[in-house]
Amino acid sequence: MPEEICATVEVRRLSVLAADGSVDEALMPPLAEGDIRRMYELMVLTRTFDQRAVALQREGRLGTYPPSLGQEAAQVGSAFALQPEDWLFPSFRELGVQLTCGYPIQQIFQYWSGDERGQQAPPSLNIFPVCVSVGTHIPHAVGAALAARYRRDPVAVAAWFGDGATSKGDFHEGFNMAGVFRLPLVFICQNNQWAISVPLSSQTAAATLAQKALAYGFPGVQVDGNDVFAVYRATHDALLKARSGDGPTFIECLTYRVADHTTSDDAGRYRSAEEVAVWSARDPLQRLEKYMERRGIWSEAYAREARQLATSAIDAAVVAMEAVVAPDPADMFTHTWAAPGQRQMRQRKGA
Amino acid sequence: MAQLTMVQAINQALAEEMARDERIVLLGEDVGRDGGVFRVTEGLQERFGSERVIDTPLSESGIVGAAIGMAAYGLRPVAEIQFLGFIYAALDQLYTHAARLRTRSRGRYTCPLVVRTPYGGGIKAPELHEESSEALLCHLPGIKVVVPSGPCSAKGLLLAAMRDPDPVIFLEPTRLYRMFREEVPDGDVTIPLGRARIARPGQDVTLVAWGSMLERVLKTDSPHSLEVIDPQTLTPFDWETLLTSVKKTGRLVIVHEAVKTGGLGAEIAATVAEEAILHLRGPVLRVTAPDVVLPLPRLIDSYLPTGQQIRTAIDEIMRY
Ligand SMILES: Cc1ncc(C[n+]2csc(CCOP(=O)(O)OP(=O)(O)O)c2C)c(N)n1
Ligand SMILES: [Mg+2]
Repeated sequence: MPEEICATVEVRRLSVLAADGSVDEALMPPLAEGDIRRMYELMVLTRTFDQRAVALQREGRLGTYPPSLGQEAAQVGSAFALQPEDWLFPSFRELGVQLTCGYPIQQIFQYWSGDERGQQAPPSLNIFPVCVSVGTHIPHAVGAALAARYRRDPVAVAAWFGDGATSKGDFHEGFNMAGVFRLPLVFICQNNQWAISVPLSSQTAAATLAQKALAYGFPGVQVDGNDVFAVYRATHDALLKARSGDGPTFIECLTYRVADHTTSDDAGRYRSAEEVAVWSARDPLQRLEKYMERRGIWSEAYAREARQLATSAIDAAVVAMEAVVAPDPADMFTHTWAAPGQRQMRQRKGA
Repeated sequence: MAQLTMVQAINQALAEEMARDERIVLLGEDVGRDGGVFRVTEGLQERFGSERVIDTPLSESGIVGAAIGMAAYGLRPVAEIQFLGFIYAALDQLYTHAARLRTRSRGRYTCPLVVRTPYGGGIKAPELHEESSEALLCHLPGIKVVVPSGPCSAKGLLLAAMRDPDPVIFLEPTRLYRMFREEVPDGDVTIPLGRARIARPGQDVTLVAWGSMLERVLKTDSPHSLEVIDPQTLTPFDWETLLTSVKKTGRLVIVHEAVKTGGLGAEIAATVAEEAILHLRGPVLRVTAPDVVLPLPRLIDSYLPTGQQIRTAIDEIMRY
C-alpha cells in the first residue's frame, strides 16, 4: 500500500483595504455609506476612550488598564457584523467590541476603576463580563451556542481572545466541542503579536493560528486585522454560515498591540521601537480615513466633529463614573448566591 | 413508591425533573448511549433524546465550561464528571467562573448548574477513582456542595440541587451506589439545601459524618447514646443544627474519609471552638484518613476510617 496524503492544510488571508486607501471591489462587503461612517466613528470613539483611560490611570483616577490602541479595526469591524440578539464573549481587551454593541461607556470606566457594577450588562445586550482569566471564556461561548440551538433561537455566538489564549487548554476543549457539535459560533482571535512579553513565535510553532481550526474540523481564516472591511467581511460571512447551521469559523485577525500590555507594563523592556514604528505606520484608523477621503465621505471638518462627539461622550461618562456613589460593603454579599447562607448573613451584619 | 438503590434513585430524580422542566439538559462523558459508567443515566437518552442527554468529548474543563454558558443562557445543565479524581482540570472553570458569574455580572447572569460526580473510596477501582477532595470545593464561596448518604436523600437533594438558582456540586458516594435500598417515594420529595438531618437522635456524643462515612458511623455499635448528624449540604453548612446538638451533648466526633489536614473537619472543629467551646466537656476529635496520597485498593481499608477507629474515638471522648 502506498502512502497517501490524507489531509492538507489550506489557510487564506483576506485583505480588502490597502494601505493607500484603495479597496478590492470584488471583496468589498456591501456596506452603506452610513455604515462606513458609523464604523469610523466607533473606531474614533474607541481610540478616544483608550487615550482617556490611560491618562486617567496616570492621574490615579482609574486602576490598571489594558489599551486597545492599534486594534480598533479588528474589534469594531468584527462586532459591527453582529445582530442585537447575538451572544458576545469578550476577553479583557475588547473595548471596541463593547462600544460597538452599545455597552454603556460609563460602566466600562467604572469597571476599570475597580467597581464591579461596571460588569452588569444592560438587559438589552447579551454580552458576558470581560474575562480576565485568559481563554477560559471560550467554553462558555460553546455552551451558549449549544443552548441557543437547543432553544431553536436563530442567534450566533462570538468569542474574542488573544494570541496567547490559543495556547490554553480551554481553547482546545472549546474548539473541539464547537467542531464536534457543529455549533453556530464565530471565534475571533486578536493576534496582536504579543502576550505581555511573549512574542507569537514563542507562543506557537504553527505557521498561522488560523490553521488550528482545521484540526478541529472547521475553517480558519486569516484576515488583515488593521483592515476594518476585511474583518467585517470575514465576520459577516462566518455569522451567516453559523446561522445557517454550517458550524463554527475561526478568524485570526493580524494586528498589533501598539501600546504597553497594560498601564503597569513597559513594553520597551522586550520589543524594539523599530517594530512598533512599522506597525504604527499601518494604523487602521488612518487607513480607513484614506479610503473615505477617496470616496468623498471624509474631511478634516468631519474628523474633527467625530473626535469632538467622541470626546464629549467620554467626558460625560467620566463625570458620571466619578459621581457614582461608592459601593456599599454589604454589596459583597448580594450576589454570592441568590440567597445568603447562615454564616454569610452573620458576616454581612459586620460588614 | 419502590425499593431503590441510590443509582436508581438518582436516575429517577433526573428523569422526573427532565420530564417536569425542559431546561434540564444532561451532558458528560458516556452519559448517553452508555448510560454512564455507573449506569446512573441509563435509559435517559433513549427517553429524552440526544439533545437532552449529550455525550461529550473527553473534556472536563470543556464540559463544565459549556455548562456555565448553557446555564447563563437560561438552561439548567446537569454535567457529569465521570469521577471526582478527574474534576481537577475543571476546577478552573468552577473557581474562576461558575462560583463568580453571579457576582461578576452583578446578577445579570446566573449559573444554575449541577455537576454530579461519583466520589469516595472502597470500590476497588484504579488510581484516581476513589478521591474525596470535597474540602477543595468547600473553600469556594459561590458554589454549593451537596453529599447524599442514601437513596432517599440522593433523590431529594438532587431535585433541590436541580432547582437551585446557583451552581451545585453533587458528590455521589460510590460505595453506597448499590449497597442498600430504601423506599423512595415517587414525585416531588425535595430536601432543602443547607439543612442538616439528624440521622439518629442521642444524648451523649454528637457525631458528624457525610456520604459513605455516615453509613459507617451508623453501623458502629456503642453503649453510648449517639446523636448522628448528616450535614447533607457541606456548603452552605447548617451550623445551627450542629451547634444545637453539640451544646446538648458537650462532645463532638467528626468522621470524614478525606485527609485530616485542611479537611472539612478542621472547619467544623474551629467553628465549634468559636461558638460552643464553653459547652464542650472534652476535645473535639477527628477520625479521618491519614495525610498520605490515596492508596490503591490493596491498602484502601487501612486508609479509610474504620468502625473500630470510630468506636475508639467515642470511647475516648466519653472519658470526659
Ligand atoms: C490564565 C491566565 N494566565 C495568565 C494571565 C496573566 N496575563 C494577562 S494578559 C496575558 C497575556 C495575554 O495575551 P493574549 O492572549 O495574546 O492577549 P493580549 O493581552 O495580547 O490582548 C497574561 C499572561 C491571565 N490573565 N490569565
Ligand atoms: Mg496578544
